[in-house]
Parts: sequence; structure tokens; C-alpha cells
Amino acid sequence: MGTATDIKTFTPQDYKADLHNDWCPGCGDFGILSAVQMALAKLQIPPHRTAVVGGIGCSGKTPHYMNTYAFHTLHGRVVPCMTALKLANHDLTVIGVGGDGDAYGIGAGHFVAGGRRNLDVTYIVFNNDVYALTKGQASPTIGKGLKTKSMPEQSIVAPIDPVLLALACGYTFVARGYALDTKYLVEVIAQAIRHRGSSLVDVLQTCPTYNDLHSKSWYAESVDNQPRLYKLEETGYDPLVRDPADVAEVAGKKAQALIKSQDPSGRIGLGVYYKLDVPTYEDYLKEKIAGLDSKPLAELDLYHRDITPNLRKMM
Amino acid sequence: MRESSVGSSFSWMIGGPQGSGINVSAETFAKALSRAGYYIFGQIEYHSNIKGKHSAYRLRISPVPVSSHVEEVHLLSALDEETLVGDLYHEFPAHPGHAHEMAPGGAILYDRECRKYIDWIGRSDILYWEIPYAELLEQSLSELGKPGQARAYRIINNSMVLGASVGALGFDFDPVAEAIRESFGAKAGRVAEMNVLAARRACDYAREHFAGKIAFRLPPAPPPREQILIKGTQAVALGKLQAGCGIQTYYPISPATDESVYLEENQREHNVVVLQTEDEVSAIDAAVMAAHGGVRAATSTSGPGFALMPEGLGFAAITEAPGPVVVNYQRGGPSTGMPTRWEQGDLSFALAAGQGDIPRVVMASGDIEESFFDAFDAFNYADRYQVPVILLVDKHLASCYQTMPPFDTARLEIDRGAIYHPSQNGNGEFFRHAFTPSGISPRSIPGQMGGSFWTTSDEHDPRGHITESIANRLAMVDKRMGKLELAAREIPDEKKFRFYGNRGATVLALGWGSTKGAILDALRRLDPEGRTYAFLQVRIMRPFAAQSIRALLGAATKVVCFDGNYSAQLAQLVRAETGFDPQHKAVKYDGRPFSEDEIVAALEHAVAGGGDRIVLSGGRVVGPEFAHAEFDRMVELRRKHGKMLPPMVPLPPGYNR
Repeated sequence: MGTATDIKTFTPQDYKADLHNDWCPGCGDFGILSAVQMALAKLQIPPHRTAVVGGIGCSGKTPHYMNTYAFHTLHGRVVPCMTALKLANHDLTVIGVGGDGDAYGIGAGHFVAGGRRNLDVTYIVFNNDVYALTKGQASPTIGKGLKTKSMPEQSIVAPIDPVLLALACGYTFVARGYALDTKYLVEVIAQAIRHRGSSLVDVLQTCPTYNDLHSKSWYAESVDNQPRLYKLEETGYDPLVRDPADVAEVAGKKAQALIKSQDPSGRIGLGVYYKLDVPTYEDYLKEKIAGLDSKPLAELDLYHRDITPNLRKMM
Repeated sequence: MRESSVGSSFSWMIGGPQGSGINVSAETFAKALSRAGYYIFGQIEYHSNIKGKHSAYRLRISPVPVSSHVEEVHLLSALDEETLVGDLYHEFPAHPGHAHEMAPGGAILYDRECRKYIDWIGRSDILYWEIPYAELLEQSLSELGKPGQARAYRIINNSMVLGASVGALGFDFDPVAEAIRESFGAKAGRVAEMNVLAARRACDYAREHFAGKIAFRLPPAPPPREQILIKGTQAVALGKLQAGCGIQTYYPISPATDESVYLEENQREHNVVVLQTEDEVSAIDAAVMAAHGGVRAATSTSGPGFALMPEGLGFAAITEAPGPVVVNYQRGGPSTGMPTRWEQGDLSFALAAGQGDIPRVVMASGDIEESFFDAFDAFNYADRYQVPVILLVDKHLASCYQTMPPFDTARLEIDRGAIYHPSQNGNGEFFRHAFTPSGISPRSIPGQMGGSFWTTSDEHDPRGHITESIANRLAMVDKRMGKLELAAREIPDEKKFRFYGNRGATVLALGWGSTKGAILDALRRLDPEGRTYAFLQVRIMRPFAAQSIRALLGAATKVVCFDGNYSAQLAQLVRAETGFDPQHKAVKYDGRPFSEDEIVAALEHAVAGGGDRIVLSGGRVVGPEFAHAEFDRMVELRRKHGKMLPPMVPLPPGYNR
């Protein structure tokens, strides 16, 4: 849509909305918000070609702080909302943002479908183990037997491992980030956006108000004299499936990611767990719907259709 | 020749187990008849089952336009004993068969293997015509060099049953043969020819033995003209295509699915994306966002799916999305209810679904033709007022076939509503929810430079950011709900309701939705001149044309309100909107649509001073004792005969009762 004179270099500032932010001081969300803005600037995606779709909760408000097309939608419905925007205009960069309860709890059914579809969208999940905006109830990711200061009792249900869930659903890019390591998070999010297909970035996020267990200092602790958090690539981990047609390799890479994400030592690997390059939903759609090859759906002239051939068949 | 009580039309029925192809037979016959010039109304009743349970298909064949079915049957083609004597396989039988629906002098064509059940029917005023289908099939297969394989080709029975009807009625076989070939499509040449040959043998047999003996005849065909034979799901889909719908979302559900499947079949031809979602929550939320994304978006569902959608209606309303269009094919409720049976039970729900104040347009199509134009208009309302639009249709409209002239699309105009361009405000800041004199805020299309905006399901300020300000809240609620007042002013009365008949008529039938066809046919039967009876059809329930409708209701001596639900939901709405309480509420909630006969019965009952609440079933006004008496009768029938009844026809593998 832009012309040559519109081209300019975008800085993170260009993606920032001029709006008072109402997250708690010290919230991990700030780190993720900055990382999204920096990743978009890094990729030089024009703000008006970007749509950010939020769920409901503290993290769901992220779109309000973005100077892009910004939709603060419904609790649990980030995936259907991203899906439809992308189908309406496949030229848009569509980024979903929301909490762990949003994605893996109320939105779990949609999360599954989102992986299966493999549209070229990026879903960034702010994972802090609690429903913060309703004052700290247990979310689907909190460990069994754990109790934050906001919970009246220990959790007695097993947690969801987002990496494992995403692998099972068919996300073709699965990564984990940490909200307070913004620099690295920018890299991970940029890779996720660049990936052609459904990407999940599960971001470990501190909630200083309600989650006293997984605090900044907890993440900074050492486990077996090694830092709790480490970068997968620094251990020689290779997430990429080289031959998508090789069923054994695909299964092997998934198994590797599962084992890594459930490390019994308690250490947590950051970075890309799994990456599979296969045709996207849009690719298949373009094969069926010729018009989409030249233009996004929203720009096609659908308003002068001739239904006469349909009527002829009914005569 | 005997005079039919239903005018000049002929009523044909085919009945048999699901999966046996009776719908193909009926639709094939309907196509041949339509091409011959007849007006057709086809209506199918079927179970929520894939194979084995009973289904019945009626065709009303007429020299003049018809828009409903009638109870009486002139020629019944029975594939099995269940069609004749009813369900004998369940402790509480599902239906009593169709022999009791035969008009005196009518004829039943039955398979020789069903002979022993004929005595159970106990009627001497109808003709029983036996056809040795197995023998004829064996004969046909032998001609084709496949002797001894009749059992394997049993499915061909449905073509033979059709052939037998054609022969008995003296209708020309060739156009039927042509229609049979077409029903197999391009690929199945040999199988199609087997069907054609077997049908021809059955036709010849029936012609030789029965032609001219039935008391009713096919009326002479009017001169053939250009007409289509179309069912409701197709008409709605075509209306959406004509309107430029870009995305249809859906989750499979009876009886709505056929519409989405038809659209998907047309995706290459018409550049339409059909998204099958994981549930109806996703279906509506995706449709809302597709509308925000700049395409016309729709979803189609039925009651249980619509019950999951109120969240999306609220989301669409508060974010002022231009749509979506939600088509609800009502079926018997509540809950899973009766998935393949008719009801108009979702009116009150459609008007109220969702928390808070939701501006919405609620429309209801009266027939297949209207559903095409209504689906088209729905998108204009959605874009112009930036509200969700609910189009109520139902199982009857969805699955009925009717002949009509091809849709005249020449005067249809697309109105995409107020679109924002930065030049409109001197490239200033764009507020997606700006306050404007009309209440409509121009919208931009994501991707458009200078059009970036925020919106949220929270209450928001004009820019689209969350606020809980009192002043803003008042202004925003007024803005959103005010759009409905604008719609009320702009949408003309002729879209909101239709009046049929003479304004001076004393008895006014009031109704909505697919009840229209039966009411119009009933009025033509009762009062061909249109002096005494008239019909007021409510087409848009919100915004409701309260003033005009109140005046029309007040002018009649007697108002009979027809509702396909227990609680008389249209009557409730009319009372709430106009203060006028229709004196008679004629209701039907047995899962079957109103027939012409039932409308006649209800109107005659009301005119004769009958009670205010009129319950209809089985073609007549029934009292509270009816259901239990009918129920006991069927249970007794089964008790008497059921135990001695092995399934008469050995069913192909996979069939069950």
C-alpha cells in the first residue's frame, strides 16, 4: 500500500502507543512488550502492516500499548481472532498476545486448532503461573503441589507443559523466552515472526504482585551450580527439522524438544525448541482460491460475482 | 377422477430407510417435473441418523405456484414396511407410517416382499399396487450380463421406485432417465445406466398394470419456463455470494451444514474462504475479526451452535464490527433437542442473546426466495450500521426444494457503509469509535496506511482505549444503541414486514419465517378472492416496525398468531413492541412444520369461536389428550405386531434400526 516515499526506518519507538501503562511496577510484561516492539523494528515491518491481537488479562492489554492495528479481544479467543485477520489479509503480520490461562486454559481448544492450521501467525504467551488480573488464582502452568502467596491452597492438578502441548498440536515453531532477558527475547520473537507457520513463544514472566515462587531471584538462582536459565543453542541444541518429509526425523526432533523442556535437573532452556518448515494454511488456500495468489482477500473485488452458472445448474 | 381437497396439485411421497437414496429419487423426480413445467414443493422428514431409520419425502406437484406441503398423499411409494405400518422396532415407536395419510382413492406402490403387512393397514378405500422389485431388478441385471446379483445392487431399488411412480402416473420416462443420469454426475456412466434400465423396467411394469387406475391424476403441466429448483441452504449461500461474502466460518451442525458445504464447493469459482472451526465460539469470533479485517464475513449454525455464540455477538457489538452475518437454522430444542426436525424456537433467544445492551438486526426469511435476498441485505445492514445481523431460518426452509424463477439480481446494490480515508480529516488522527452525528464511525481496513486503530471488548473511548468514565460510558452506549434507531428509520417498512391480502380483511393471520408458505397456500384455499382473510408476515424483528404493525393488527377483527414453538414467541414480541395481544395463538411444537391443512384448521377453529390457544399436529387442531392417545395407539400397534416382525428386508451391512 505504501509508496517509495513512505519508506523509512522504523525504530522501536514507532511501535509504541502514547498511553499510560497500568501494569504493576516491575511486571514482567514490560519486558515482553519492549521485546515485541524491538523485534518488529528489527524486522522493519511497517506498523500499519502489523496487527496485534490480545486476549483478556494483564497481558491481553498489550495491544493498547502498540501503535499498530490493535485488537484487545476476548478471553481465550486469541487464536480464532488471529486466524480470521490473517485470512482476511495474508499480507499482515499478525501477532497474538495473552496469558497462560488464556492460551492453555479457556483457550485450549482454540490453541490446539491453531497449531493444526499452521497459519503464518505468531502467538506470544505471557506465562506467569497465575491469573493475575483476578488476583492470583492458579493457572494451568503452575506446578502440582505449589502454592503462591495469592492462592489459598496448594495446586493439586498437574501442570501443562506449553512446549509439549504445542508440539502435540502441530505448531511448527516452538520456543521459550524469559521476560527479563529482553535482549534474547527480541531474537526469539524475531525468529518466530520470520518463521512461516504457526509459532508459539512461551515467555516465562514474573508477576511480582502474586507469584512469589517464580520471582526474578528464583529465575536467577543456580541449579547444581549452574544458572537455572540457559540458552539452548549454547549447548549445541539443533531445533531444525532438515527434511520435513522424513517422519523419523520429525518424531526425533519432537522427542528431543520434549526431553529438553522437561529437564529433571530443574534447569530451563531458553530459545527455539522445534522448527519445521512446511507449507502454511495460506499456501494451501492459494492453491484452491486462485485470486489469493495476487491479492489478499480483503483487497479482492468480491462484489461483482456472477451466480448465473450456479442457477443454471439448478434448472 | 376425484377432486383433491388440495386444489389442483398432486401429492406424491416416497418413504424408506435412510441411506437408501429416497432423497435422490425425490429430487431426481422433482427435477424432471420442474423441467416439464410443473411447480414443485418438496419436503423431507428424516431422523438424526445415517443409515436405517425412516425418512419420507413429499413432492407437491402443481400447475400453479405452491409454497407448502399438504398432509394427504395421492401416491405413496414405499421402499419398506415401516413406510406402510410405522415404526415397530422401538419400545416407544417413532411414527405410525404413512398409510393413514392416504387420500381416499389414492394408491400405494409397495414391494412384493411387503405384502404381508398390507392387511395391517386396514383401509379399503385406497389402492394397493404390488411391484416385484427383486424380480425386475434381477431381470434388468441379467440383461446387463449380471445375473444373480440383485441383492448386491439392492440400492438400485430407489431408482425403480421412482420408475414405478412415473409409470403409474403416466409421466414420460425419458426426462426422468435424463435426470437419473445427471444425478450420478459425469463419472458413473455404467452404474447410471444400470439404474436407468431398472427404473425403466419398473416404469413399464407399473404402466402396464396400474396406469389410469388411480383416482387422482397428475394435472396437465403448464408450459415450461425458465425456473430453478433450489433448496434453502443453497439460496442463503447464493445470497451470501451475491453480497460479496469473503469468509464463511462454521462448525458442522444439522441442518445448517449444507450451506457451508455448498459454499466450499464454490470456493474456487467465487473466491470465498470457508473456514471449518473447532467450535461455534471460534466460528463467530473469527467471523467478527474477519469483518474487522475488511471482508464481509458470515457464519451459519443451528440452535446448539448459536447457544455458544452470544459471546461473539457482544464482542461484535462493542467493537462495532461490520457484522458478522449469523444465519441460524432453527431446529427442535432445547439443547440437542431434535437435530433434524423443525421448530421456530429461537426467536426470543436471538433477540436477547448476550449480556448487556447489544444493538443487532434480527431478520427472518419466509421462504427460499426471500432467504436469498435477506442474506444479501444482511451484509448491507452489517456494514452500514456496524452491528451483528442475525438471520433466522429453519430446518424446513433449509431442506425444502421449491421451483421459482431465477433470482433477479439486477437491482441489488452493495452498501459497504462508511469507510475511512485519511484525507477525510486532513490526515489527522483516526479515532475508530469517533462520535459522529449518525453514530456511525467510519472504519479503516487493517493494512491501510494512516488507518491504524485500537479497539477492545472493554468499554472504550473514541480512540479505542479502555475507560470506565461515566460520561464516556453514557455516550458510548447511546452511540451504539442509537445505531439501531438509525436502522429503524432507514430500513423501509416493506423490508420489515409484508401484508398479503385485502386491507379490509377481517381475519388476520400473523406469522413469521417458513410458516409463510403454508399460510399463503391456506389463504388461497380458504379465500381465493382475499376478502376475508389476510396475512401479516413479520420479516425484521429488530428493529421492529411497531407503529405500522400495530395499526394493521388493530384493523382486523380477529388476529391468529402462528408460532412454531410452545411459548408463542412472536406473540410475545408483538405484545412487547406494540401492546397488542393477538387473541389466538396457534402453536406447533411437534417437530414438524405447519402444513397448509393445519393453517386452515387453525383459522377455521378461530373463526368458529374456538379457544385462544390452538395446538396443531398431524393436520388438525388437537387437544391435550391427543399426544397420549396417539402415543398409546402406536405402542399398542407395536405390542400387537412388533414381536413377530423380523426386519422384513435384509438390510445391507452397516444398517441398523
